[in-house]
Amino acid sequence: MDVFLQVVVNGLLLGGLFAITSVGLTLIFGIVKVVNFAHGEFLMIGMYATFLISTKLGLHPYAAVAAVVPLLFVLGMLTQKLLIEPLMSARNHDIQIFATVGLSTALINLALLLFGADIATTPAYGLRTAIEIGPIRMLVGQIVMFGVATALVIGLHFFLQRTRSGRGIRAVAQNRAAAQLMGINVSRVYMITFGLGAACVGLAACLVAPLYPTSPGIGTYFVLTAFVVVVLGGLGSIGGAFLGAMIIGLIDSLSGFYIGSDMREVAVFGVFLLILILRPQGLFGGRLKLSHVS
Amino acid sequence: MLELSGIHSGYGQTTILQDVSLTVTEGEVVTIVGANGAGKTTTLRTISGLLKPSAGTIRFDGKDITKLSSHETVELGITMIPEGRQLFPDMTVRENLLMGAYRKGAQASQSQLMDEVLALFPRVEERLEQKANSLSGGEQQMVAIARGLMAKPRLLMFDEPSLGLAPIIVSQVFDVIDSIVKTGATVLIVEQNVFHTLKAADRGYVLENGEVVLTDDADALLENPHVRKAYLGI
Ligand SMILES: Nc1ncnc2c1ncn2[C@@H]1O[C@H](COP(=O)(O)OP(=O)(O)O)[C@@H](O)[C@H]1O
Ligand SMILES: [Mg+2]
Repeated sequence: MDVFLQVVVNGLLLGGLFAITSVGLTLIFGIVKVVNFAHGEFLMIGMYATFLISTKLGLHPYAAVAAVVPLLFVLGMLTQKLLIEPLMSARNHDIQIFATVGLSTALINLALLLFGADIATTPAYGLRTAIEIGPIRMLVGQIVMFGVATALVIGLHFFLQRTRSGRGIRAVAQNRAAAQLMGINVSRVYMITFGLGAACVGLAACLVAPLYPTSPGIGTYFVLTAFVVVVLGGLGSIGGAFLGAMIIGLIDSLSGFYIGSDMREVAVFGVFLLILILRPQGLFGGRLKLSHVS
Repeated sequence: MLELSGIHSGYGQTTILQDVSLTVTEGEVVTIVGANGAGKTTTLRTISGLLKPSAGTIRFDGKDITKLSSHETVELGITMIPEGRQLFPDMTVRENLLMGAYRKGAQASQSQLMDEVLALFPRVEERLEQKANSLSGGEQQMVAIARGLMAKPRLLMFDEPSLGLAPIIVSQVFDVIDSIVKTGATVLIVEQNVFHTLKAADRGYVLENGEVVLTDDADALLENPHVRKAYLGI
């Protein structure tokens, strides 16, 4: 029983990781309707920035949030303004996919150039230390990540549902032409939303960096699961993506323990394919759109 | 108040409007009459800044607004109630109305505007907490008009408000428009129900293939042989 409980807790903590790394992707997809294939590389940039700030300035990696989140916000806004917006009038969405894939490749190669292929280890400051609550062991850094992921999802939900700016953002997602007629500057909303999505992944980077080694390819490692989570959550539903992240985390953890650690990805993608066949709109698409962003 | 002179406008390389000039004076109700595809919607879109004219100028209160985007013209008080309602489907009726008052000039008086607008639309008030996409076509049109009024418009533009509605609903929509007109609002209206619209309007423009072919007082247009034959079927 204790072992089962531990495996479930591990799954939920892993879900926290998946949630925080996919929230930004969901936000951008739900509102700007662009699949950002460079999302993983945004995470990678944030992790390197955290690594540099904590090693060169001797700061706690969490302190890097103050610099990394604004940095990624600006990077996201620039990506929208300079890369996506010029392609938006081109009715062909394939072009936007090529553009973000191109950006992803360029950023990986830039990282290889600057940092080499070796891994960079961010100081952990005790975040990789396990604490025990009864029979359950958890890493401090994982608990923080789970808490921040939950707070971020609730915060975004509140922002989108209850504030005037949030309502304006939802309006753009639901009916772009009508939003323009309400006096909304749509290209500005797209820019800010892309910035917010990137800022979320910047926040994720500061929490992930002390737990996982950073390398130019790290984004690719995380982003695949993030895509699964976004699709499972119903493409653009932030609450749905959070629950999707928990489900993927649980499947990963349970199958890793009870079937075999080399079967985890098989189980995750097997369940993913099964759900896609049975519910192509995603597990929570259309039903549990907490933020009604699309 | 509004003055278009020599406007050429269209989509991409295709020019639809050819040398369109028209004016709307404060407190006036002006209608644009024309067949399907004549360019009526294109005219309203160009005024609101959704389309940029390739030639000509648009003035509002004497100020050149030719190059302004829609979010800027809305801020000046130019409000368009678009063809086909165009509500925010996943928002409640209340949220849709609040979106109407999104512009800075209406925001501060948002709750007062809500009371005023709901007084005009008792049916809408009953539906406030319902999702917009759960309403009938007629109810959606009422919400679209109410949302337009929430912007505290100085110039209110209607694009085919009775399109696709059942006859009973059409007359309700016209009752609402008539009552808005009675408040002294400045209105530019495009409507397939030419007879009723000319009755309510002060002046009208007849648009054919993107060109203004005729303009006169509404009463005179009602008597005009060409208008009677082509648009009133008399
Ligand atoms: N988005 C568009 N792209 C290209 N052409 C358009 C578009 N919308 C309308 N048109 C064309 O512009 C012309 C005028 O259309 P419109 O202004 O909608 O007419 P009306 O409102 O008088 O029925 C039509 O020939 C129509 O096919
Ligand atoms: Mg039209």
